[in-house]
Amino acid sequence: MPASPYALEINDLTVAYRNTPVLWDIDLRVPSGVLMGIIGPNGAGKTTLIKAALGLIPRAAGDVRFFGLPLRQARARIGYVPQRNSIDWDFPTTALDVAMMGLYGKLGWLRRPDRAARQAALAALEQVGMAHLAERQIGQLSGGQQQRVFLARALVQNADLYFMDEPFAAVDAVTERAIVNLLGALRKQGKTVIVVHHDLQTVAEYFDWVTLLNVEVIASGATSEVFTEENIRRTYGGRIGALPAGLNGSPEASAYVA
Amino acid sequence: MSPEDRRVWRFIGAVALCMALSVPLSMALGVQYDYTLTHVALGGALLGALCGMAGTFAVLRGQSLIGDTLSHAALPGVALAFLLFGREPLALLLGAAATGGLGILLVNWLSSTTRLKQDAAMGIVLAAFFAIGVALLSYIQGRADARQAGLDKFIFGQAAAIIARDVVILGAACLLIGALLLAFWKEFKLLTFDPDFARVNGLPTGWLNGLLSTLIVIVCVIGLQLAGVILMVGLLIAPAVAARQWTRRLEQMIVLAMLFGAFSGGSGAVLSALERGLPTGPLMIAVACGLVLVALLFAPQRGVLWQLRQRRRLRGEV
Repeated sequence: MPASPYALEINDLTVAYRNTPVLWDIDLRVPSGVLMGIIGPNGAGKTTLIKAALGLIPRAAGDVRFFGLPLRQARARIGYVPQRNSIDWDFPTTALDVAMMGLYGKLGWLRRPDRAARQAALAALEQVGMAHLAERQIGQLSGGQQQRVFLARALVQNADLYFMDEPFAAVDAVTERAIVNLLGALRKQGKTVIVVHHDLQTVAEYFDWVTLLNVEVIASGATSEVFTEENIRRTYGGRIGALPAGLNGSPEASAYVA
Repeated sequence: MSPEDRRVWRFIGAVALCMALSVPLSMALGVQYDYTLTHVALGGALLGALCGMAGTFAVLRGQSLIGDTLSHAALPGVALAFLLFGREPLALLLGAAATGGLGILLVNWLSSTTRLKQDAAMGIVLAAFFAIGVALLSYIQGRADARQAGLDKFIFGQAAAIIARDVVILGAACLLIGALLLAFWKEFKLLTFDPDFARVNGLPTGWLNGLLSTLIVIVCVIGLQLAGVILMVGLLIAPAVAARQWTRRLEQMIVLAMLFGAFSGGSGAVLSALERGLPTGPLMIAVACGLVLVALLFAPQRGVLWQLRQRRRLRGEV
């Protein structure tokens, strides 16, 4: 296996929808072991970037490597948490069942999840504080609880590189805490986590690496270096809600409301 | 297994028992299960069970109306096969599958390459194919051909046409499709619940999708002669919709949908065979929709009455 310092390496990625580029000539290198936030305004292509990297939508051009390998050879090392509203939560299944789906890819044909799979799923639910609701039908869970079930499913995948699409979107405080703790735990194990994020206020607190995206990559690197007022302005144009407090910018810029 | 799961499984067992008891009950009421009626009832029940299996996935994948497009689009295929090969059962089936499948491909092509939305694409394809089918059928009707009788039964379905060979075909289809669903159970489940996640995990979603769609096509085509092209979709989705209301797991839903389907198909076929000229499709669908109505009203948690009671209790507490 060729050793690569990068968990994710994207070269010249372009994605177009009906002749309009949604992502334009993306070059991105994400070192192994970082917690990276992808931020950018609505329509910047954050979700598209993840989906194109994972081969879920066709790309017009570009090459994506995971730990130096093409997707096909790296699948077993990749975990994925889709957007919560991408599926029908009325589906007849339980939280435990969903968590076990994280093992389906590795089980192989004709094999059913056994007791060990059940234990792994329960342990993952425990880790996100959902073990007591394991037998609950997923439609009866709150939005935050559903999000935690999705995270448990990703944990069961036991991956080295995780992609999470807006896990913090519209969740309660308990869930937000649970996710933050989980990110910390994954980091400690040396995993790489890439998170689509929408809240500028918490970027510096949650992530040590950040990519600012608006169709093109505006900046990417250590949060302390690239998460600057100037880069945020360039990413969002005039559409910033409120700049995060504590950025070394002028006070009036910090209070700026679009 | 959680207590709630156990309760649902017990309920499913009770439903199975009731439906099995309906056979001796109908005998006591004077229904004579002679050679013909036995075949008719068996065929209807097997078809219903098939529909329960395929319908569970069609409903959960949001593809309920695909079955409608498919069965309407199958009509010209039936007519063309008759014109070319005469009343050859296998030829009629293949003809139905050919134009039905073509209709589905056309819907997919229209909604992916033009600005047409999927519902509009289905409406247009369904109407176009059905119109051609009806025109061909009228043309065949007008010909002086003695063997033409019965082709128009495809529109509303005709159980009396069931013979031993049909029962064998339906039984074989049940075994085959049941075995495929068992073999690829976890793959089909994940594909239906979260296709993106399935793909990231390396499941070959393309051909799994194709396989599942093919199963739905096969069930619809086999059912055409009994349920009729117009109401086939009802038998496909009604048992699954009714079953969904009572259950909280896919495993429970598909078993209950098969039971509901078998009961609807069997009793509909028996009812239609009691009197000459009664169409099978509408009677099967009437029974199935009755089950849906009962489920929508009385199912715990999801049922209308349950929710009314819940609301009243809440108001009482306030």
